Amino acid sequence: MNLWLTMRVALRALAANRLRSGLTMLGIIIGVGAVITMIAVGAGAQARVEDQIKGLGSNLIIIMSGSVTSGGARMGSGSSFTISEDDAQVLMREIPELISAPAVRGGVQVVAGNANWSTAMFGVTPEYPEVRQWGLLSGRGFDTNDMTGATKVAVLGQTVAKALFGDTDPLDQVIRIRKVPFTVVGVLERKGQSLFGQDQDDVVLVPLSSARKRVLGGLQAKQRAVNTIWVKVREGYDMKVAEGQIRDLLRQRHRLQPGQDDDFYLRNLSEVLQAQEASSRILTLLLAAVASVSLLVGGIGIMNIMLVSVTERTREIGLRMAVGARGNDILTQFLVEAVTLSLVGGFVGIVLGAGGSLAIGHFAGWRTELTTSSIVLATGFAAVVGVFFGYYPARKAARLSPIEALRYE
Amino acid sequence: MLIRTRELRKEYSLGAHRVQAIRGVSIGIDTGEFVAVMGPSGSGKSTFMNLLGCLDVPTSGDYELAGEPVEHRTPDELAAIRNRRVGFVFQGFNLLGRANALENVELPLIYAGVAAADRHRRARARLAQMGLTDREHHLPSQLSGGQQQRVAIARALVTDPVLLLADEPTGALDSRTSLEIMALFQELNRQGITVVLVTHERDIAQFARRIVSFRDGLIADDRANAAPGDAHRLLEESAA
Ligand SMILES: Nc1ncnc2c1ncn2[C@@H]1O[C@H](COP(=O)(O)OP(=O)(O)OP(=O)(O)O)[C@@H](O)[C@H]1O
Ligand SMILES: [Mg+2]
Repeated sequence: MNLWLTMRVALRALAANRLRSGLTMLGIIIGVGAVITMIAVGAGAQARVEDQIKGLGSNLIIIMSGSVTSGGARMGSGSSFTISEDDAQVLMREIPELISAPAVRGGVQVVAGNANWSTAMFGVTPEYPEVRQWGLLSGRGFDTNDMTGATKVAVLGQTVAKALFGDTDPLDQVIRIRKVPFTVVGVLERKGQSLFGQDQDDVVLVPLSSARKRVLGGLQAKQRAVNTIWVKVREGYDMKVAEGQIRDLLRQRHRLQPGQDDDFYLRNLSEVLQAQEASSRILTLLLAAVASVSLLVGGIGIMNIMLVSVTERTREIGLRMAVGARGNDILTQFLVEAVTLSLVGGFVGIVLGAGGSLAIGHFAGWRTELTTSSIVLATGFAAVVGVFFGYYPARKAARLSPIEALRYE
Repeated sequence: MLIRTRELRKEYSLGAHRVQAIRGVSIGIDTGEFVAVMGPSGSGKSTFMNLLGCLDVPTSGDYELAGEPVEHRTPDELAAIRNRRVGFVFQGFNLLGRANALENVELPLIYAGVAAADRHRRARARLAQMGLTDREHHLPSQLSGGQQQRVAIARALVTDPVLLLADEPTGALDSRTSLEIMALFQELNRQGITVVLVTHERDIAQFARRIVSFRDGLIADDRANAAPGDAHRLLEESAA
């Protein structure tokens, strides 16, 4: 008995009990749909972290002002401005494997024409784009002349450029940062969200010296202090060694005694991200595992209904055997029926799962990633569920004795 | 000799209790015979038929079908024998309810591995022989009892078996329809097929050329019917 014919017999048998077949499939539909959706959510989270790692580079250390006391109470990082531009310069000079980029930060109101935007201003050095691995979309970055001359030039992040200029080109336009006129000389590439969900493109970069002298002025307590020093470690250099060297050097420069806490805060960001990636991968597995349980329940539903079906159709089985069906023919017939149930359910589940992950992406704003592998996996899993849970009832049918099956009431 | 049994026995065990349905039946049936099997209820007629048709296996004894011993066959070999050599007709028709007449008749050919075109052709020919050409696409529920039984007979004949086994084929039919079915059997038998038919009714049995009577699992009587009735003639007479 060929497969096509068997398929037709199976479809007819399933169609004869539409509601029952539908309800049985529902278990698989929900199971496969859940697996697809959950993997999409997990993969989306993973992809987001991976993108951040790419955006950050795997070799970035951030040094922030502030201290961690031995009691565990932490002073707000950046509040006491314990690190300085000079620290950054010394780091770069003493440890040739590093490039450092000190930065001061200030919340500012930016005006261009009658557009008005409140954003964060970063005073940075020419090394900043390289260290942050953040290219320019157009225009130029800062050079040493800008630093020494404290020129009034600015580079805009994408969000600010959009807010102030819409679709027109911001290059060579004049913006006012806290009423001080600056000329836009460059626009940054899109960077996306930070690790903590902030919009990193909502930013204006100006030369560090200009930030101090022209904008922040007397507000800055110590003239050379900075909020942050970004450090890029040369590719291939051990991050742990670099961290140790930075810590030793800073402690020495800050004249900290052994036993005294650091008055700065040092973080290897890629490490944080890698931890996040690992946990999001575990999350994906966990979600998939939970969803698989519903697929398993769906499989048990199939087995249950196939057992009922075998019992109901005992006389049919007997008749088929009487006219020459072999055990294998009967086995195939019921197996194909079970696999049809699970595969049709699987396909509907894939469609629903794809829709579900799109909906979650749309309404919850989570990033979801529908992967081919999850579809292949779910389809394969559905087929395996069909075969696995269909086999026992099918074998039960195939082993019936023809005469007993025919006589069955 | 088409059928030869020696000391055929069939025992059923119901828990500790044992039922001897057939207790040593030896019989020979030639090709082309028309045999009626009679006997009271529980005498072992159906058990005997099921053994002849390889639907069941004997507890002991020998059975040769067309010169070949049937004992110690695998279930698949028995299935092949049922498929190619034997056609069954049951009291309750046993048609597949969701399949139309044509598909029901094709069923044995499917298991014989016959290709679709050939299958349709042969099934159609048998339905035509049964006078059911215009009922090919009817479901069993859309057919009368007599028509259903004729579909079942077409199905039994479609693989061109040497032996037609019928267990009370007229049991569920009225007397006129029964007569029609018997006329069919007689016609088929004239064309050369061996027919073994189980019945309660003497009226039906008298259309056979040999009548075997069972009692308590044994053959009590076995004799030729010198003057079998002609079902076809009776039909015409009653129509007139
Ligand atoms: N599967 C079975 N299990 C136990 N006993 C059985 C089974 N099948 C038949 N028997 C017994 O075997 C005996 C013969 O049964 P069988 O069906 O052959 O009788 P029969 O002559 O066909 O009767 P009827 O005219 O009522 O159809 C009976 O006593 C019956 O109870
Ligand atoms: Mg009987």
